[in-house]
Amino acid sequence: MTDALRPETHPSQPRPHGPSPPHLLRAPLTRGLPIVALSFVALVASVGLAPFVGSTSLSFTRVFATHVPFGDNVDAQIFLLARLPRAVAAALVGASLASAGVVFQSLLQNPLATPYTLGISAGASLGAMLAITFGAAFPLAGVAAASLVGAFLAVLVVYALARARQHGLSTTVLLLSGVTLNAFFSALILFVQYLSDFTSTYRALRWLMGDLDVAGYAPILAALPFLIVAFAAFIWLARPLNLLSLGADAAGTRGLDVHRTQRVAFFSASIATGAAVSIGGPIGFIGIIVPHLVRLMVGADHRLVLPVSAFLGGAFLVTCDTVGRTVFAPLELPVGIITALVGGPFFLWMLLKRR
Amino acid sequence: MMMARRPLLALAICLAIVVALTAQTPANGQRIISLVPAATEMLFAIGAGPEVVGVSSFDTYPPEVATRTRVGALVDPDYERILTLRPTLVVVYGSQTDLVERLGRSRIPVFSYRHVGLPDVTTTIRELGARVGRMTEANALASAIEAKLADVRRRVSGLPRPKTMLVFSREVGALRGIYASGGIGFLHDLLVTAGATDVFADVMRQNVQVSSEQLLARAPEVILELWPSKGWSAARETQERAAWRQLPAVPAVRANRILMLADDKLTIPGPRVGEVAQALADALHGTAR
Repeated sequence: MTDALRPETHPSQPRPHGPSPPHLLRAPLTRGLPIVALSFVALVASVGLAPFVGSTSLSFTRVFATHVPFGDNVDAQIFLLARLPRAVAAALVGASLASAGVVFQSLLQNPLATPYTLGISAGASLGAMLAITFGAAFPLAGVAAASLVGAFLAVLVVYALARARQHGLSTTVLLLSGVTLNAFFSALILFVQYLSDFTSTYRALRWLMGDLDVAGYAPILAALPFLIVAFAAFIWLARPLNLLSLGADAAGTRGLDVHRTQRVAFFSASIATGAAVSIGGPIGFIGIIVPHLVRLMVGADHRLVLPVSAFLGGAFLVTCDTVGRTVFAPLELPVGIITALVGGPFFLWMLLKRR
Repeated sequence: MMMARRPLLALAICLAIVVALTAQTPANGQRIISLVPAATEMLFAIGAGPEVVGVSSFDTYPPEVATRTRVGALVDPDYERILTLRPTLVVVYGSQTDLVERLGRSRIPVFSYRHVGLPDVTTTIRELGARVGRMTEANALASAIEAKLADVRRRVSGLPRPKTMLVFSREVGALRGIYASGGIGFLHDLLVTAGATDVFADVMRQNVQVSSEQLLARAPEVILELWPSKGWSAARETQERAAWRQLPAVPAVRANRILMLADDKLTIPGPRVGEVAQALADALHGTAR
């Protein structure tokens, strides 16, 4: 996948007094810009159209009727309080997970990395499990807040471990501590499950399957500050990640502050993942399918991969969620099942293709 | 040597106590274990309580269960502990097929049952009574429950039947993860008995996860929420009522007809279903009638 980014020297353009970016950094973006625009249109269209589809039939003239007070207008409330926030939540979660996937794959120099590789989702899940199991008896925090706290604790633990032995971040230690933390948190999750009753166990299991029915805008607004910070960092990261994909040493010799880039990449992708999971639960496969499909389309330049992944990740999750809430109406198929049904085979196909 | 002997002595005493406790054989020689809280309640209600030697880890009622040995529950029955209690009958739920097979190999008699609707409660009481030799008591109890249910039905007949959503589980302080009774099961039957129309009567499942869209579209006139009693307080009730204000178009929210009951008995399909029907009817139609 990173073949296009193999270190290339440019003996014809020696630059003794400054960084010499690989040609990719100066490659014109014009070829990719139509794809960025198209993917943005796909995202806007999916969010705009999703509220028109659902398990009940609405009168759209009534939805937009101004003479009916909003409090009495059931159609408008279904459209604006049930379907629209849900589409917005799906778009934000999909965009966050897909772009976090891009950043983690680049940071860990591993195409199979996902936003959940470093134990963030396991930390979030543990927080959510605790809130679901003990929330009725000890209502300290809601499920979303508890999962956010769990995610951030996991991030700090992984970071401390990766920093403990050396200056900067060791990607190997990051990966190993993340995988170990995943296993450890999973054990704690099972322990909490063992202590809980059947209703809590069922609810916890259901939470793990992902649910974007946010019933209003409050959960989105709560996660939004984190997402804004993360996406601002992603914009900044596009160029440094291009350099980083040459390998840390090569990037360093080209003037990149590798440690700072790694730190920003690690924290921004982790924050985006934690916030996304707090909205919709640990919805799987978005963070791996979308980045790889996008690289097939636009190549490896992060200035294109990041925005296109974010837009298409959002559009993909909005579509999956719309399918999930309509196929078995009035019952809902959990969105995580749909992304996994699409993502599992895709993942295998990608593994086989890489051999 | 003294140091070594004391722990041994302590161990011997402990063993003696355990043996003495587990060997207490009830008067008629029966030693019953129940792995289902509803069945435990039935056994105590028909007077077989003294013969119950082991209960599930979720049992809380009647208070006497606190003194009985805990032997695990639906998914994690403690087979060894069950054997050491030398049971003459083990009451299990229908899905515990592995346990039934193991008990069969040890030649331990098993009473296995499943429950779905409200009529299953009295049927099980009668069958269980016949099995433990308390047919008369079981018949009397089952008839009393049926009479109580008939009484509630009579009380609400002719009254308006509000479109009601019966919520038995929801995320604390938020309108997410709402689980309501579907069109089958004892909760649905109780709701209908208590004089309501179930908004999910057409969904042929015992439970339905309710999306905000379905909530708005089904437009329940009354929302009846069942909460566990642990951790329930007036402050909690205020907080949970406030959560509903997010969806003001729901008729129950607009008319402020959100009823909250916090009691563990509400979700147990045992001998207290008559009281539960009464409590639901009181909540729906007021206690005056």
